Amino acid sequence: MNEATLIRKGLFRKVLRAILMMVSISIAFFIFAVLGAVNTAFNAGVDVAAANRLVTVNSINFTVSMPYAYYGRVQQVDGIVDVTHANWFGGYYQQPANFVQTFAVEPESYLDVYSELILPPEQREAWLNTRTCLIVGQALATQYEWSVGDRIPLNSNIWQQADGSSDWDFDICGIFTAEDSSVPTNYAMFHYEYFNESLAFARDTVGWMILTTEDVSLNDQVADEIDALFANSPAETETTTEAAFSQAFIEQLGNINLILTSVIGAAFATILMIVGTTLVLAINERTKEIAVLKTLGFNSGRIFRMILTESFLLSLIGGGIGIALAAGLVVLVAGAFQSFLPGFGMPLSVVLQAIGLMIAFALVTGFFPAFNAMRIRIVDAFGKL
Amino acid sequence: MTDQLPLYQLRDLSKTYTRGKESISIFKNLDMDIVHGDFIAIMGPSGSGKTTLLNQLGGIDSPSSGQVVFEGKRIDNLSQGALAKWRSRNVGFIFQFYNLMPTLSAAQNVELPLLLTGLPGGERKKRVKTALEIVGIADRAGHKPRQLSGGQQQRVAIARAIVADPKILLADEPTGDLDRTTADEILSMLQQLNTELGKTIVMVTHDPSAAKYAKRELYLDKGEFIERGAGR
Repeated sequence: MNEATLIRKGLFRKVLRAILMMVSISIAFFIFAVLGAVNTAFNAGVDVAAANRLVTVNSINFTVSMPYAYYGRVQQVDGIVDVTHANWFGGYYQQPANFVQTFAVEPESYLDVYSELILPPEQREAWLNTRTCLIVGQALATQYEWSVGDRIPLNSNIWQQADGSSDWDFDICGIFTAEDSSVPTNYAMFHYEYFNESLAFARDTVGWMILTTEDVSLNDQVADEIDALFANSPAETETTTEAAFSQAFIEQLGNINLILTSVIGAAFATILMIVGTTLVLAINERTKEIAVLKTLGFNSGRIFRMILTESFLLSLIGGGIGIALAAGLVVLVAGAFQSFLPGFGMPLSVVLQAIGLMIAFALVTGFFPAFNAMRIRIVDAFGKL
Repeated sequence: MTDQLPLYQLRDLSKTYTRGKESISIFKNLDMDIVHGDFIAIMGPSGSGKTTLLNQLGGIDSPSSGQVVFEGKRIDNLSQGALAKWRSRNVGFIFQFYNLMPTLSAAQNVELPLLLTGLPGGERKKRVKTALEIVGIADRAGHKPRQLSGGQQQRVAIARAIVADPKILLADEPTGDLDRTTADEILSMLQQLNTELGKTIVMVTHDPSAAKYAKRELYLDKGEFIERGAGR
């Protein structure tokens, strides 16, 4: 036997009680980890945004398009390296449930602006020279088991062709990847020209423009200049950083961060109260045993350390189980969430935050019981019981 | 050198408790020497301060005034930490209600004081086995306290008290919760520890027949000792 045995025996003195406390803690950490993973996935776009990348949209909101002529005028603004544009196609494959995020883009400049996207040279060549080419992100290709050479139809639930059809046929001529796994690859792109010339309405418009500046320090100046170009026009613009644009996109769904923080906070506060009170009562129940240990020569510091270690053990086991279950769940459902939340997984940052919280939880719930145990006077304890 | 000194010298020892505005004197100006190898039974009416005196000897309570000297060194002015260390090296405690840890086996209970010694695990196990053999309960080493009778639990408690080879055993009503036959067995064992292993023992008891196992009986009354003569 050693001190660790003594700590373990103390913690599991009443097995059912210890298990119930661990279950409570594991629930809190399960909620924390799952919601943390969701939050991270939601913010992935913000996290991978390049600092020198700006987005220009119609000032009404980003769903309202702008005249195509804006593209040429923005190219003239000083301090810009590359400009490209994109239109939201919407799109689904075979049936509406098979949603496919698809954009109509200017093929060459888009790859220049999004230089983190990797396309093999021969596929890049095909992409630039094939009017009906569709390039597909690796995650999307995996989801639908598409490969280069496949010919697929995509249906738009927004746009219509001049012949009344809303189906566009595409030849998959490239599958793009990214070195950084947090960069989403759950979407597809095709030629703006192919899109524009077949439209029944709203031709010669762009949904948004993306540009890179020569230096981050020029961001504000460039943004102001672009917006000034189109001031007092029927389609005024608003230019922001890509991160701000992504954040605004997420916030359409509500303040995710506040919702998650409130849920996690409520779960933790409740469980903190339950576990904290239970631990105080459990230690109080052991007053006489602690007094015996002190009589035998265990000093107050050692008693404090032992009780606090019990609290750490409780928190780490309960929290560890919660995190493991959450990671298991995330792995199980990640595939189903791939098109909606690319990169949905259990990020290391959430696990590290959880470990930090477990330590804080153990300190908060364990400190007072340990302090009380440390202060037990042998004479009082034997007199009391 | 230390063998020539009394093990304990209590000098002018007083203990007063304060309850609200009331001050209750337990004993006043007590003087007492305890020599190595002694076996003292302290008797007296309830509330006479027997247990309080034992607590002073064990360093788990401090006197209001006076000195507790152990092997020539004062212990009444030591810090709580220093007293804990001193107790672990010098004192073995035996309680009326055994006070064993319910979650630990008999052997683990006996091993508890050895966790403070820094002895390696193998050596600790050897000592635990020896202590359990001395008290005649080695065959119950793996049993939890609830699986043992009162007498067996007290044997385990005695093994725990002697396992670290302390210089003094302090027993507070060690047979108070036992039937006559079992009590006699426990008292014989204490006597044997005193006569054969030379353990110095101070025992508090209400029971005159228990006191007879000691070499000396001291009667504490109204804060003073009255020596009543030797036991067997």
